[in-house]
Amino acid sequence: MDTDTIIASATPAGEGGIGILRISGRNAENLLRHFFKPIGPISSLESHRLYLGTFEDRDGNLIDEVMSVVMRAPKSYTREDVAEVHCHGGLVIMRRIMDQFIDGGARLARPGEFTFRAFINGRLDLCKAEAVIDLIRARSESAGRIAAAQLKGSVSRTIHEFQSEIADLLALVEAYIDFPEEDIEFADQEQLRFSSVSIFSRIESILKNFDFGRILREGLSVLILGKPNVGKSSLLNILLGESRAIVTDIPGTTRDTIEENLVLSGVPLRLIDTAGVRTTNDPVESEGVFRAQNKIFSADLVLLVIDGSRPTDSDDLLALEFCRESKILLVQNKADLSTVELDERFVVFPRVSVSTRTGEGIDRLKEAIVGLVHGDQAVGEVSMDTVFSDRRHREALVRCSASVQHFIDLLSEGASPEFLALDLRDALHALGEITGETTPGDILDRIFTRFCIGK
Amino acid sequence: MASCGSDYQVIVVGGGHAGCEAALASARLGCKTLLLNMSLDAVAQMSCNPAIGGLAKGHLVKEIDALGGEMGINIDATGIQYRILNTRKGPAVQASRAQADRRMYAERMKRVVERFPLLDLKHGVVTRLVVKNHQVGGVETMEGIVFTAGAVVLTTGTFMRGLIHVGMSNYPGGRAGEPASVGLSDFLRSLGMEVGRLKTGTPARLDRRSIDFSRLEPQYGDDPPKPFSFLTKKIDRPQVPCHITYTNSRTHDLIRSGLDRSPLYSGVIKGIGPRYCPSIEDKVVRFPDKDRHQIFLEPEGVDCAEIYPNGLATSLPPDVQKAFLRSIPGLEAVEIMRPGYAIEYDFVDPIQLYPTLETKAVDSLYHAGQINGTSGYEEAAAQGLIAGANAALKVKGGQPLVLGRDQGYTGVLIDDLVNLGSREPYRMFTSRAEYRLLLREDNADQRLTPAGYAVGLVPEARWQLFEAKMESLQRGNERLREVRVSGADRETSERLNLGELKNGASLLELLRRPELAIKDLLFLDATLSDLDEDVLNQLDISTKYQGYIDRQLEQVERFRRTENVVIPDGFNYDRLPGLSAEVQEKLKKVSPRSLGQAARIPGVTPAAIAILSVLLRRG
Repeated sequence: MDTDTIIASATPAGEGGIGILRISGRNAENLLRHFFKPIGPISSLESHRLYLGTFEDRDGNLIDEVMSVVMRAPKSYTREDVAEVHCHGGLVIMRRIMDQFIDGGARLARPGEFTFRAFINGRLDLCKAEAVIDLIRARSESAGRIAAAQLKGSVSRTIHEFQSEIADLLALVEAYIDFPEEDIEFADQEQLRFSSVSIFSRIESILKNFDFGRILREGLSVLILGKPNVGKSSLLNILLGESRAIVTDIPGTTRDTIEENLVLSGVPLRLIDTAGVRTTNDPVESEGVFRAQNKIFSADLVLLVIDGSRPTDSDDLLALEFCRESKILLVQNKADLSTVELDERFVVFPRVSVSTRTGEGIDRLKEAIVGLVHGDQAVGEVSMDTVFSDRRHREALVRCSASVQHFIDLLSEGASPEFLALDLRDALHALGEITGETTPGDILDRIFTRFCIGK
Repeated sequence: MASCGSDYQVIVVGGGHAGCEAALASARLGCKTLLLNMSLDAVAQMSCNPAIGGLAKGHLVKEIDALGGEMGINIDATGIQYRILNTRKGPAVQASRAQADRRMYAERMKRVVERFPLLDLKHGVVTRLVVKNHQVGGVETMEGIVFTAGAVVLTTGTFMRGLIHVGMSNYPGGRAGEPASVGLSDFLRSLGMEVGRLKTGTPARLDRRSIDFSRLEPQYGDDPPKPFSFLTKKIDRPQVPCHITYTNSRTHDLIRSGLDRSPLYSGVIKGIGPRYCPSIEDKVVRFPDKDRHQIFLEPEGVDCAEIYPNGLATSLPPDVQKAFLRSIPGLEAVEIMRPGYAIEYDFVDPIQLYPTLETKAVDSLYHAGQINGTSGYEEAAAQGLIAGANAALKVKGGQPLVLGRDQGYTGVLIDDLVNLGSREPYRMFTSRAEYRLLLREDNADQRLTPAGYAVGLVPEARWQLFEAKMESLQRGNERLREVRVSGADRETSERLNLGELKNGASLLELLRRPELAIKDLLFLDATLSDLDEDVLNQLDISTKYQGYIDRQLEQVERFRRTENVVIPDGFNYDRLPGLSAEVQEKLKKVSPRSLGQAARIPGVTPAAIAILSVLLRRG
């Protein structure tokens, strides 16, 4: 067990009004008292109280005027003794203060180590520890709301509900297996079916929301694709509202992929501009095309850009071929110029007509992108309590759902109850991976409270 | 200390179902063994219902048999009605059950014990153990006789400070008509063990001549009866029926009217009883909406007058017992030969045991059966066999025999006991076994006979039989894969209703079809048709349920992953501030040997396991 004292900057590097250094571990308070001199006749620091004072180095030279607080175990984030120094936010000041602590025996914390300690010391369960990381990384308000709900235990609560209902089903099935000599009839099949179908459909709807949750958390990745010189980089710039990509009339200006983040109506987007697709002998340009191709697979949405003022050609078709497997939104650029009739091979896709030069149609494009995230449902309408956004949770829920589905199938085939039980146990096991366990003892308790057992 | 006893290697205290198996197992392993019982006339008694087996219990008997134990052979020699339960369900949850001729069962077991080489049966009421430096060295009887031994197995049943209740009167006793054992549980307590109190009960015994069977529905056994033991070829003994009747609302009224004199409801009884085997007064009170309860009238023997009314355990006063019994159809004129009673007794929470069944407090001291808070003859016998074997292996310096949850119900039983402890009498259920589809009666020998042979529990003759069976299975499997029905074979296709077979099909593929059984295919291959019925049965099951079996094997694989993460001896849980004091306390008490075992301790949270796992893997 690590009992050493760790230190890290709690505020981002760079200049700021305040910089906060956080120290956790057995020696945190000692070290602080060594360097921090509170103003006034104070002999000991009260826990959870902020003191004004000076921070001096080993030789008594003033480094900064600071505020400091001690949070004694177990009432702290890590459940260890924690100290914080709030100094002026400058790189040099913070480094000098940190050096004093490190010279005094503290060690630089590894990434996530404070949260890891909170977990090891039993303050957070796995779900909640994961939520903290998400909360910190949240790139939009909605993503933050999901993480906060998970931290509050929304995921655990939902899972516990499923666990309890499945355990009830299992108790009915097990009673029928284990007490053949009692006059227990196999539970009403209709009831079993009804309950299991209800569980199944609720899990499915959570899974459906998952993509939404994941997008809120990770951002929707939107890839801009098209042949050279149709205005891909102009589209990126106008969506961002700034000149991020270099735009020229020379085809093939963008040689590499450019990624930018953007929040549209509360939905975080990761916009990826790519090199124009065409058959070329230029090795640099081919490499760019190759990179664009590689990004297509992981994109949630491809904005396939064509020049709406000219008929599509073989390079447009090549671009279409690249992204045929993806979700496509066709963007007909140059709407300010004359329009020609669209090739029938492009007609099948949802499309928006825009002009990157005049800004015409850009709002409609934004609406279309956000609409694709979650059908017609507005971001504010989905309750964050039932949004799962973690891939580990999703994977477990998918297995749970498959088991419940299999249970429903077996039930209609009239399978022997021990096989039905196997599926329910698998379903419980999958849920147990997300939170707690359901033990066979729980099932027996349920049986005994429900049935008059015993000859 | 006065001493005129003799020296043994292993001493087993108590001659019930656990004690007999323990003593026999120890002697089979070559240890000079003493079986001490309070009465030479009360060996292998069936104190409650005269039956062996049932769901999950039949599984245990087959496992005992596969490990060279006696229970299966003994019931096969003395059974008077055999039934396979759950025949309409899959093979894993089918189980054997047999009514025994109670007297013959006990007599035969006593004879086996008396004649067994290296094994002495003697009278003795043990009140103290000889313990030096936390190591057991022998036992001391009430008369002051000391028998020495390298290891001791305690199988005290319901005898330690047994207290019998009938209505508001109670008296010390270990079983109807037998005295209690006083002193031993106090001595165990003085060694630092936690001793608790449990309760169980039994119905009145009825006089056969006073029952009108003509009005009752008979329940016959299977014909032909299927034996328990892998060694028994056929059951020859004449078979008898049981009868079924029901309680009614008048019965329930009479029971309710007597509750004020029930030791259970007036608070006289402090021990905790089994929820799955409640008394009739318990059932009436807890399930007031149920207007009748099913009763089986079971003969206690072929020529014995006592009838056991299964489902009517009670400790109500005798007058209430008689009144409510007489309200039941068929029992209008019934005469009670012996009233039903409840019994409270001391047990030692098995959380204080290692998975070998050795106590943590005293080296080489083992506990098995009801002293561990279990109920049932089969649960007792399975523990007895393991405890007896481990006592002998310890004396001889061998590796202990510990079965996993994936190997057998015996493994599940003992793992549950040492991790969960017992708060009420523990009975085996199939739902306790996660790998139920693998732990079938039919393959108990394949699961356990090799382990039994390896430690010396399984004698050569049984091993030869087992090997022959395994060879037959292999031959059968080969034939199933090799023999094919060609698409051109119209006659076979029509006979078996196969439909169109384009490229033909192997027998294995045909057997996977739910509508075909292996016996339908025997005419296609002479080698197959020569195989024994149990071998064919196994081929059928392993083919038909292969998908499910594979799924469970995968789960076992996962299970073993945490099972193989060893927690070192003397691991210091105090160093883990993340564990709550309660979790630390539980882990210290059980001192699990693996991460998997730790995860099964109730109250040890998944978060705690995650923390432990991180630390153990880090080293």
